[in-house]
Amino acid sequence: MNRIDKKFNELRVKNEPAFIPFITAGDPSLEVTKSLVIEFDKKGADLIELGIPYSDPIADGPVIQSSYYRALKGGVKVADILELVKEIRSTSEIPIVSMISHSILYRHGCERFIKSAVQVGLDGATIPDLPIEEAQNIIDIGNQEGFRIVCFIAPTTTDRRMEMIVEKSQGFLYYIAVVGITGVRNTLSGDLAENIQKIRRKTGLPVALGFGISNREQAKMAGKIADGVIVGSAIMSEIEKFGKQDGSVLVENVGRFVGDLVKSSKGRV
Amino acid sequence: MKIVTDNKVVQKEVKRNRSVPDKSGHFGKYGGKFIPETLMPALDELEREYLIAKNDTKFNEELQYYLKEYVGRPSPLYFAKRLTEKLKGPKIYFKREDLNHTGAHKINNTLGQVLLAMRMGKKRIIAETGAGQHGVATATAAAMFGLTCDVYMGEEDMRRQALNLFKMRLLGANVVPVRTGSRTLKDATNEALRDWMSSVRDTHYIIGSVVGPHPYPMMVRDFQTVIGRETREQILKVENRLPDWIIACVGGGSNAIGIFYPFIEDAEVKLIGVEAGGLGFDVGQHAASLSKGEKGILHGSLSYVLQDSDGQTSQVHSISAGLDYPGVGPEHSYLKDEKRAEYVSVTDDEAVEAFNLCARLEGIIPALESAHAIAYTMKFALSVDKDKIMVINISGSGDKDSSEVARKMGMDL
Repeated sequence: MNRIDKKFNELRVKNEPAFIPFITAGDPSLEVTKSLVIEFDKKGADLIELGIPYSDPIADGPVIQSSYYRALKGGVKVADILELVKEIRSTSEIPIVSMISHSILYRHGCERFIKSAVQVGLDGATIPDLPIEEAQNIIDIGNQEGFRIVCFIAPTTTDRRMEMIVEKSQGFLYYIAVVGITGVRNTLSGDLAENIQKIRRKTGLPVALGFGISNREQAKMAGKIADGVIVGSAIMSEIEKFGKQDGSVLVENVGRFVGDLVKSSKGRV
Repeated sequence: MKIVTDNKVVQKEVKRNRSVPDKSGHFGKYGGKFIPETLMPALDELEREYLIAKNDTKFNEELQYYLKEYVGRPSPLYFAKRLTEKLKGPKIYFKREDLNHTGAHKINNTLGQVLLAMRMGKKRIIAETGAGQHGVATATAAAMFGLTCDVYMGEEDMRRQALNLFKMRLLGANVVPVRTGSRTLKDATNEALRDWMSSVRDTHYIIGSVVGPHPYPMMVRDFQTVIGRETREQILKVENRLPDWIIACVGGGSNAIGIFYPFIEDAEVKLIGVEAGGLGFDVGQHAASLSKGEKGILHGSLSYVLQDSDGQTSQVHSISAGLDYPGVGPEHSYLKDEKRAEYVSVTDDEAVEAFNLCARLEGIIPALESAHAIAYTMKFALSVDKDKIMVINISGSGDKDSSEVARKMGMDL
């Protein structure tokens, strides 16, 4: 069974939300990324969203953008990231969803990428610049290969579009918590719970909430209303903060930060 | 003047119908909508509203009114006598888009889109700009209709195009400096899209070229085809036949598609797009996406893109800020593959030479972008017979480029 499906089944039995940290592969180095994934697994994270750096991300705010630039400056290539996942699989079975721009996916060839991704143990992908209208082919390949294409729903999504998206998304749904780009925010919209309920009435797929969740309070709130809590920019800011220090110092500090978010999202604090 | 009845003109009706894009915004395999879900409903709304407006007499009459009374259309089709004599080849005509209000073809599109934005009840306008011509044209239309306007501009371009930067501010626009990536047009487009991700409910994004997700490449083309429609009418009036060649520069490709499109079904009219060859064909030294690029996705559509084997966008260079862009409109990629248009390139130096020559021979200082089209004509016309006719789209005026060219010549204005 696909690791993502298995994880959400287990969590459903425990009646717990998934905590999903996002990290950019290769910032500050692939070696540190590997240690971070393993550390996050130890600290109780349920899935990892692994960002594949892209030179021109549209959906991302300044924090993730600059982490992409740092990784690309370090010379990270898609092949290196797949190799990294393979190495992680020798120590950890945590489900890993890549976040990959369609620009990169198209360049590598969707089928070729998905086949090699499955081979190294990657479980799925979110493709922020691929709307549902253009996604059918990739979802078909994903279904063939057991690779989950996780689709987005935004606050601006109309009912008609939402029905198309819930029908096609695999693994889980990614609900975008804000009208805007990724980034740290002080407040989250008040009608989130209602919007998530609306999606749940249409599908049995888990709904994870991301974009703008930055601190323990917000993670706790998100954990109460959604099946998954995704935190990206806040974690990448921490990584940036410790980026110049020794890898073990970075891993220890960022690991602690993620550990706290895990507890908050699951209502243990 | 010779008067001949050219059968080819009449044949237009029977030629095959090329109707692109299709309903989902594809020009053959190119185009489409590769954009985050947050923006999809806005693109759907924009397409719906545009298609209604396009067939609305009142909308069209209003646009016509402003194009005539405010922009000064129709722009002249001018016989470039001394350039023709110098090259000893075909008759060369200039389509004078540089004489439009704000000094370039960009205003044709921004007026259309601002009228559309008001129909949709949007109160705020955003735009990206490279050379600043689109920024100025957007700020102008926004000022005239009293809309709030923010323009994203790369820091490198702000330096190169200080005059346009000042003009935008005079016109009441807020110019937002972009400090990411190469600090040019590509990065300004990224930032404008990011702004739109957050502001989409009350803001309209005016893309300045035939790039971006559907419906932009179609809509911007439609607003720019006034160039080609006038050219067709004007050349038939003067020469009683269609031209043999139409030559235009291509960055994103809006002036080129604007003049090409009304001639697409006239197979005897050859269409040539001239890209920025920069300093040569090493990576990072040019911006010739159609000549040297690969199929890829940038800023919401599939087209030829300058990128590396991993899918990362390459650095590009052109002396002309308006051509300094790693992508190109999807319809040009389609026309290239269909072999309906041919795409070539000239270097920075050739463009500067044409810039100077045009000033001295014709008393017209062209934009460095348009100078690329002139530069190619200067090479190409040498091998062409005297009874042929060429039209060059002078897409903009070179006022904005004077200080950059002076700097290149070792002078400081």
